[in-house]
Amino acid sequence: MFRRAPDRIRDQVTFTFDGILITASAGDSVAAALLAAGIRASRTTPVSGAPRGPYCMMGVCFECLVRIDGVGNRQGCLVPVQEGMTVETQKGAHALSEEPAP
Amino acid sequence: MVVGGGLMGACLAWGLARQSLRVCVLDEGDIALRASRANFALVWVQGKGLGFPAYTAWTKAAAAAWPQLASDLKSDTGIDVGLDQPGGFTLCLSDRELEANVDALKKLHNQPGAVAHPYEVLDHGQTRALLPAIGPDVSGAIYCPLDGHVNSLRLFRALHTAFKAGEIDYRADHTVDVIDPQAGGFLLKGDWGEIRAPKIVLAAGLGSARLAPMVGLDAPLKPSRGQIVVTEKAAPFLRYPVVTVRQTDEGGVMIGDSEEADGASLTIDHGISSVMADRAIRMFPLLADLNVVRTWSAFRVMTLDGCPVYEQSRSYPGAFITMAHSGVTLAPRHAYDLAQAIAAGVIPDDISVFGTRRFHVPACA
Repeated sequence: MFRRAPDRIRDQVTFTFDGILITASAGDSVAAALLAAGIRASRTTPVSGAPRGPYCMMGVCFECLVRIDGVGNRQGCLVPVQEGMTVETQKGAHALSEEPAP
Repeated sequence: MVVGGGLMGACLAWGLARQSLRVCVLDEGDIALRASRANFALVWVQGKGLGFPAYTAWTKAAAAAWPQLASDLKSDTGIDVGLDQPGGFTLCLSDRELEANVDALKKLHNQPGAVAHPYEVLDHGQTRALLPAIGPDVSGAIYCPLDGHVNSLRLFRALHTAFKAGEIDYRADHTVDVIDPQAGGFLLKGDWGEIRAPKIVLAAGLGSARLAPMVGLDAPLKPSRGQIVVTEKAAPFLRYPVVTVRQTDEGGVMIGDSEEADGASLTIDHGISSVMADRAIRMFPLLADLNVVRTWSAFRVMTLDGCPVYEQSRSYPGAFITMAHSGVTLAPRHAYDLAQAIAAGVIPDDISVFGTRRFHVPACA
């Protein structure tokens, strides 16, 4: 569905999405890297459970929520992808941990 | 004819149609200053009626009638308004704050003619047993078993959906500019034209201040602005509504308790919203992990003493005014009791105590 523009290919960065190894270009946002890899859905909604994927790509719509390195509800379009990142589908509502954030 | 299609006007219109009256609602458009879309959605009894015991009784009866309203709206429209009345908390972040709240409740219960409402004062441990997510800064709480909350946006939608089923003639973008009392009724005019009605109810919120004098009524309001912060949806962690923090049936957390004497500007004051957020995080430290997705501010329909105003015009009988900042809590009283009184044309004693004469005492003294 999306094809990377030839002038936007930089150094390779690898990360995992739900355990699958994905190769991205340095400077990609997590959401852009997922779309470039052909991943359409990266969360399910808390209300109906419907699958959703990145939409506005500018921090407004909250459709691109994912878990990144164990932290829920991160906006994938606002986080630059990093080597070795663990990205997971955000399933439904963000479960709050018992202990407060450090 | 109901002027205003917010929660007050919508409850009355729905209730009047149930009295087999032909009802028309003249409303403003989407950009109206509409407290009905900005409120915190509590059905709240705790602490209400200091200086005005009849208001405690009126509010208690409203909370008790809420299940009936929720069930009538469900059968009229199929919409579940998410009513939940598990009791509610006021959380205090210091012993002094807890004492001040307990003192206010004692005063409320000691005033002449007081109407009691049940409540319990809980220490940190007792509070934690019911609200496991509280932080160490919570010194105690007041719990009232009568309190609860609803999904007020769905309540608003349910009432407007019921308009269609109940053949209520709803007209948006019909701002009323002038009301002319005439023989046998009233003539209402705006840039949309004019319309005649034998009986009118002013439920126009802040707009009533301008309209009331045209029919010999008075709308004593004071400026009151409130701000609300809303987080992204989270898994349920808060079983009970807290007066300043509640988790909606869909998972979002609403934070809001500001009351500012500002009637002019709706610009968000970040100083105030950050104090609200900071207090909420001290109450529930896990909130620190949540993103804020929306903030807004709105004007309350706040009368001089904070209690509702219901009155029929002496000089122009058939014209009524209805104002309250607790449009959610009091919805059942407005839809049933007040609508019935307006249909009958006579406001009974238990409602007429909410007339504006109470504001004239200091003026005469």
